[in-house]
Parts: sequence; structure tokens; C-alpha cells
Amino acid sequence: MLNYTIRRLAMAVPTVLIISLLIFLLLDLAPGDPTAQLPLTIPPEVREDIRMALGLGDPVLIRYVKWLQLMVINEPLHALANLTGWNVAPDTQRILSWQTRSPVGDIIAQRIPQTLWVVGLGYLFGVLIALPIGIISAYKQYSWFDQIGTFISMVGFSVPVFFTGVVMILVFSVWLGWFPSMYDTTLRVTNWETFVRQVRQMVMPVAVLALFNAAQISRFMRASMLDNLNQDYVRTARAKGMKEQVVVLVHVLRNSMIPVVTVIALGIPAVFSGAIITETIFRVNGLGALLINAIYANDIPMVQTLTFIFAVLIVLFNLIADVLYGILDPRIRYD
Amino acid sequence: MTHGAEPVLDVRDLKTVFRTRGGEIHAVNSVSFQLRPGELLGVVGESGSGKSVTMMSLIGLLPSPPAERRGGTVMFGGRDLMKASDRELRRVRGREIGFIFQDPMTSLNPVFTVGFQIMEPLRKHMGMTLAQARSRAAELLDLVGIPDARRRLKDFPHQFSGGMRQRVMIAMALACDPKVLIADEPTTALDVTIQAQILELVKELRQKLGMAIVWITHDLGVIAGIADRVMVMYGGQVVEHAPVRELFANPRHPYTRALLSTVPSVRGERAPKLTVIEGQPPLLSRPPTACPFRARCRHAHGRCERENPARRPVGAAGHDVACHWDPPEAAPAEAAHG
Repeated sequence: MLNYTIRRLAMAVPTVLIISLLIFLLLDLAPGDPTAQLPLTIPPEVREDIRMALGLGDPVLIRYVKWLQLMVINEPLHALANLTGWNVAPDTQRILSWQTRSPVGDIIAQRIPQTLWVVGLGYLFGVLIALPIGIISAYKQYSWFDQIGTFISMVGFSVPVFFTGVVMILVFSVWLGWFPSMYDTTLRVTNWETFVRQVRQMVMPVAVLALFNAAQISRFMRASMLDNLNQDYVRTARAKGMKEQVVVLVHVLRNSMIPVVTVIALGIPAVFSGAIITETIFRVNGLGALLINAIYANDIPMVQTLTFIFAVLIVLFNLIADVLYGILDPRIRYD
Repeated sequence: MTHGAEPVLDVRDLKTVFRTRGGEIHAVNSVSFQLRPGELLGVVGESGSGKSVTMMSLIGLLPSPPAERRGGTVMFGGRDLMKASDRELRRVRGREIGFIFQDPMTSLNPVFTVGFQIMEPLRKHMGMTLAQARSRAAELLDLVGIPDARRRLKDFPHQFSGGMRQRVMIAMALACDPKVLIADEPTTALDVTIQAQILELVKELRQKLGMAIVWITHDLGVIAGIADRVMVMYGGQVVEHAPVRELFANPRHPYTRALLSTVPSVRGERAPKLTVIEGQPPLLSRPPTACPFRARCRHAHGRCERENPARRPVGAAGHDVACHWDPPEAAPAEAAHG
């Protein structure tokens, strides 16, 4: 298993390199100019000088290698230095946002907490709600519980987040006035009162995301349980005189979790990419909102960096899903 | 049936139906039989004749819904299992009645070790500690002829071959020293040489441990080799029941005769054609009011259409048959030889 994990990690390196090259080249092809946001009074020669100063005169492969070095060595070291306070940050240039002229790494670090709190909690609650619903729905197939659960999850799955989000704002913010419609990022939790405010502003985006994620995962869980409930080994467990709880929650659940865990693990990178739509609707300025704004503003370094981070996360969680699969299912042995 | 010993299992008039969207299926219709200590009762019949369902039903192993037990008594160890609570039934299932199923490839849970699965009933029903259960599990694997038992407890089912998995199933069924072992076509999914090994193993274990066995099969050859008594089932009913020698020497029911004639002969020249019983088993959508075999029976007459024959004793002791037709005395069995 360890052997396999190391081999897969080694394989991930070329994968990430190829992805980085693709991201870089694709975005390089995209039309856009770093000076487009600057005042129109700047003469063309000066604009050209700015472009040269940004290194845009070099051939594309040279620029790629330079960017890659910044991306995989300098920026992670800066992030480490910020996190731990160690003096490991190199004293070289950093990837700068064309929009704000500040290092993209620092901006991203500022945005991560909002995304993790709102989108991450939405995912976590979604999973926690989905698993029991999926298990009970499957065990009591065609019961009232199952019918209602299946209906709600179908609605949650098929109605887009931008619709449920707006409906919730309309009902709970406009009509009832229970929750604020906008997320205030500047709020610092210092006492009970600010804590309550923080919770209140998180309720709606978390609920919208939890509903969507729960809908998706509970369907997987239910289907997987149903696949296993009719297996012969379930009858064997009953024939041994095991209690129903043991039969379902030990024998069946362990088998049913195998595909579901994979689905859950593969969904985690999406948490970081920040449920772009939800963040936009509720004005949560997390990573998703950052990406959208960077795209609008032609901020290519920011877009490159974010896309690259998301790609790395996807590769990483694929690896984690595969390893979990091997741990849960003894029939899968990779070495 | 005057064999002195008190039966361990006494089933009378067991009725089970399945409630489906298309109506009820009467799968078990007034089945009665007794199982005496230490004997091996063979249950024969084609697919859908109600053999497995009867056995699963009497111990409450059929999922309900759709299965519903409609009556009868199942006396076991001085109590009626039909009236027992779920809790009591679970205890009987693990501790006093062991089960072996048809397909060893799917009957073991793929994600738990064999040791865990054998130890489960030991810990639950016998209250053993982990260490006790482990050494007992190793003993059991050894008993069913799995070499290097202690080490193999840590293996998963996919690391065993089909025959070895069936041995594991047997070890699991025998874990708590049951009084009765119900074997539901345990050799059907195995190839012939492994079948023979499993049969030998069961014979040997029966001598060693002395439990009574119900052996469900559609293979008459297997029955001839191991059974003491045979019960032939058709359409959810017992149509003939006799000691094994008597049944093979003197079959009375046309269905039993037909079954015997379908056994392909290994000796002699190649038969031009396999002998088959024409027609299909009956659909059991109503409680039987006529003989279930009448449509395929060459001796059927008017009475078979009007009246479902009851079991009546015939010939030698312990032989009974549910049929209106009397074969001419000393008629040779209608075994087709080519």
C-alpha cells in the first residue's frame, strides 16, 4: 500500500507538470493585456515598456519555466513563511496580480478562510445529513421516509444553487428578515454578539450548499446500500443470528461506503474552488469570487495561479480517493 | 415414523406466501416433516419447488415483506419458532441451527477477514472473549480441513478458492455447535471434484459432531450418497417422503419417477437425447386446490383436477406419497435407459 502510494505520488508529478503547461499555454493564448486596466492617457511606448518589464517579451517557454519556478518553489515557501513565521521566504520576485499589484499568494491566503468556513461547512453538513438519510432510505425502501427523502434529494439535485439561493434570500432576508442577504467578510468574531452575527450570516449559504451536496451524496449512499442489501452475505449475517443493526451498520455499510467515500473525496477539491455561484450570490468573497473577478479583470497571473491550485487539489484528492478505496476494499491491492 | 427418538425439529402445516405487486405467491403449502437427532434428511425438487423457501421460512430468514408466514407450527427445542420473538429467533439461528448456502463466492462478506466472520457468532452467542473466539475459530478451520488455520484467519474471502470458501461457510455454520445444520445446495456451485470433497467433509463432520442435517439439492446422485431419508417437493408441497433406499427402489409419485428417469446415465452407450420432464412447474398464485403436478403427469385423471391429494402412507414403513394414482404393484421404475 505504501509502495503504491509513493508510486502514485511520483506519477502525480508529471501529471501536474503537464496540467501546468496546459493552463499556462491556454491562458497565454487568451486575449488580454496587463495594461488594459491602466488610464487611457498612457502613451503606447510606455505601455510597451510596462509589458517588457512584466517579462512578456520573452518566448513563451521561457516565461513558462520562470512562472513554474515561482509557482512551485517561491510561492509555497512564502506561504510556509507566512504560516509558521520561519524565515524561509526567498528574496526574489513573486507572482503579482495585474489587478492589485500585490502577490497573488497573499491575496489567496486572505480568501481561503471564508471559503473553507462557508463552502467547507456546507459540504461537511451535506455529508453528515446525506449518510444517515441514504442508509435509512435504502433500508426502508419505498417507505414514507424513503419517498420524501428521495423527492427532496431529487429537488435538491435538480434545482440549481442560484435558484435556491435567491429563493432563500427572498424568503428569509426580504420577507422574514431573519438573516442578512450579504456576507460581511470584515466581521471579526470577538464576543458572543459578533459570534451570533457570524452564524446568522453563514446560515443561508451553508444551507444552500448543504442541501445540494446532501442531495447528491444521499442518492449515492442509497443506491450503494440497495446494491448491497440484497447480497448473499447479508443473508449469511442474518443466518448467524446477528442483530439488524449489526447486519446493516457493519456488514452492509462497510461495503456500501466504498464507492461513496470515493465520491466524497473527489468532491472536496470543489470545496476549494469555492462553489463559485453560491459565493457570488451571497457575496462571500472567497476563492470562487476571487477567480470570477480575476477573469473579468483579465488578471491572468491570478487566474493561472488559482487554476493551478485547483488542478493540484484535484490530482491530490484523486490519489487520496484511490488510497482510501484500497484501505476499504481488501480485494483492491495495488502492489 | 415410529423411530422412538424425539425429533429435534418438527414442522407441521407450514404455509408461507409472498405478497407481490402481481398478487400472492403461495410458495410453501402445508409442509410437514420431522428431523430426528443425527439423521440426514435430503430435500429434492427442481428449481422453484419451494425447498429453500421452506427452510428459510421456518427460521424466519425470509425478508418480510414480501414473505409472510400464514400458519403451521415449527417445534424446536420445546418451543414453537412461529411464535418466537425476533430476539429468540436470532439466538436459535446463530447458536442452534446453522446454515450453509449455495454460492460460497458471494455468501461471505468480501471486506471482512474470514476470522472476523467466524468469530462473530462465537462472540455474540457464546460470550467468548476475543482470544477464546480466535482460538476456537482456528480450531474450526482446522476441523473443516483448511491447512495453516491460525494464519488464514487473517485472510479475506477472495484469498480462498470456491471449495475453501465453502469450507469456511461450514466452519461458520458449525461455530456454536448447532443441533441442526441446514445445507442449501451447498455443492451446486462447486465443480465435481470439490463437490465430492465437501460431501466427504460433511459425512465426516456428521459422525464427529452428531448434528442432524437437512440437505437441500436437486442432485439425486448426491442424495443417494448421503441421505437417510428423502423428501421430494413439488409446487411448494411435499409429494413423496421415504427412507432413501425405499425411495430409489420403489418410487411412487409420478414426479419422483420422472425425476429419477432424468438422471443421465454414465454407463452404456450415449443416450440419443436427455430425458426431460415436459412442461413448466406451476405458478403458485392461488392456494392449491388440485394436484400441482397434474399438467405434467402422464397418469393424471379427473380426481387430480378436483382434489389436491393428501399424503398417505404406502408400502414400507416411513414411506408416504401425495398422489391419487396407484402404480401397479412391483412395477419397475420408469427409468429411461436410452
